[in-house]
Amino acid sequence: MAEYEGVLIYGELINGSLAGITTELLGCGRNLADELKESLSCLLTSDTVGEASKEAIAFGADKVYVIEDPLLKEYQPDSHMQVLEKLIKETSPRIVLTGHTPTGADLAPRLAFRLGVASATDCIELSVDPETKFLLATRPVYGGLAQATYTCELRPNVASVRTKTQATLERDDSRKGEIIPQKAEIDASKVRTKIVETVKEEAGEGVKLEDAVVIVSGGRGMGGPEPFKTVLKEVADIFSKGGIPAAVGASRPPADNHWVPEALHIGLTGKIVAPDIYFAIAISGASQHIAGMSGSKTIIAINKDPEANIFNEARFGIVAKYEDSVPALTEKLKELLG
Amino acid sequence: MPGVNMIVCCKEVPDPEAPPASFKVDPANKKVIPAPDVKHLIGQYDEFAMEAALRIKDQVGGKITALSLGRGFVMDVIKKTLSVGGDELILLDDAAFEQCDTCATAQALAMAIKKIGEYDLIFCGRQDSDWGYMQIPLGIAEILEIPAIHIAKKVEVTDGKARIERVAGDITEVIEVGLPALVTVTSELGNLRYPALKGIMAAAKKKPTVWGPADIGLDASQIGAMCLCKTVSLFQPVKESKCEIIEADSPAEAAVKLALRLREEKLI
Repeated sequence: MAEYEGVLIYGELINGSLAGITTELLGCGRNLADELKESLSCLLTSDTVGEASKEAIAFGADKVYVIEDPLLKEYQPDSHMQVLEKLIKETSPRIVLTGHTPTGADLAPRLAFRLGVASATDCIELSVDPETKFLLATRPVYGGLAQATYTCELRPNVASVRTKTQATLERDDSRKGEIIPQKAEIDASKVRTKIVETVKEEAGEGVKLEDAVVIVSGGRGMGGPEPFKTVLKEVADIFSKGGIPAAVGASRPPADNHWVPEALHIGLTGKIVAPDIYFAIAISGASQHIAGMSGSKTIIAINKDPEANIFNEARFGIVAKYEDSVPALTEKLKELLG
Repeated sequence: MPGVNMIVCCKEVPDPEAPPASFKVDPANKKVIPAPDVKHLIGQYDEFAMEAALRIKDQVGGKITALSLGRGFVMDVIKKTLSVGGDELILLDDAAFEQCDTCATAQALAMAIKKIGEYDLIFCGRQDSDWGYMQIPLGIAEILEIPAIHIAKKVEVTDGKARIERVAGDITEVIEVGLPALVTVTSELGNLRYPALKGIMAAAKKKPTVWGPADIGLDASQIGAMCLCKTVSLFQPVKESKCEIIEADSPAEAAVKLALRLREEKLI
């Protein structure tokens, strides 16, 4: 039986650079590997990987496996699974981590079932049992009402990790590591799906939600599309004008009702964000929304219902209709920040 | 093609939008216990999966079998799969299934699907509404060795192939796949239709098929060994902060006070 050793990160690239989640996984993986006194590896796949492999070392990897193939340019589970499964069989990692992203959340469960092990999905905290060295993976359940910690006594241990939950290491370009190119050897006949078209959704103008330091979000209580373009945008604009990246967001009902584009939807099934300041305006605080924004440093809630769950999450709150409170808030913020 | 043979996997769950206070967390037994007055529903994403299947049935015809694993189903709830237009309902309902973890659940559902035999498309919700695992559907596809497309907002069947719009962050991928295949469905597909009176009446007359472990070729004593995922602990996270409600004579004054508080705390 193979000797299991080390932590393997399944890396993702965005425009040739490491995705934010991958630097987060490297940060978390570095801690786990240090605890185990074992190595941290990162797999990077695309048609060309380029400089991102050096970036992975700068963010904590000891070894970077680079697999380049035109079939790996777009994520296709059948091609990516082949290279990941092969690498795992060859290197026998103790722990395999992916992001809980459209790619990683798709890959981790498939991998676990294929290897005959269990996976833990959407994890927010990871550690290793000091005695057994099995991964202990904690994830929210019932929309964050409780948390459960799971383990699987079969190796490798597989988990997908929620974005913005793990601290990234300081980039250190002097870190040493090994870049190991691997052959892809993909059996194209086993790729059962075909991407015939990709359509990029209009994210709208301005700052992306993931990059915003301040987010001004509205919920069902906004009543329609207009206030997102006026009342909420005005608050965000005050910060933007002061050089602080700010954006307007929404909970699920405004997105489902097409008041805002889906790209603005924050929640378990939308974007996961963690800005410094999160204004939750006329948002009740359904668990599925909380899951997308609970990592925010300071949450400010304005809701007319004093019993709204959002007040359980917020640091500051006003019990009021947004029409009666937000305009005054806007004026005062203008005065303070202008 | 003479119509599409579809299976929709659904789960009966306590209403996930019920107030958090109506759920009790039992760390000793690692269970979340809903208050008796919390109503049961079909998982929200499973409803979208059902709607995806119904739209295909509307367009090209076919048969829909709803499949669910659980214990002590509320018939009025789970029979909604029939009243909206499902043709058959199969329930894996046995005390032995209560111990199933995600791995064993996927195995049991896959065995039931094998017993159903013929299928072109399997629909599941993108994730369950209570424990939120997001792995059983992909597990079923792995076990059945069929392709799976995860997180779809549109599904169409033409010429023996499925054309699926998959949501991948800000990108929508249009994917073609041969049948059989498994598809998980997300909210953007649209809400499940309301049952028509005719459908409700027809559903009332239909009896679900109930299968136990033996019916799907499973030895109940094996289920424990099929569970690979061990729950170490279940707990409620401690809330660090309390909300400071800003009070004033008017909402506008409260808003001004709020801005000043943020400045005072050096947050802005």
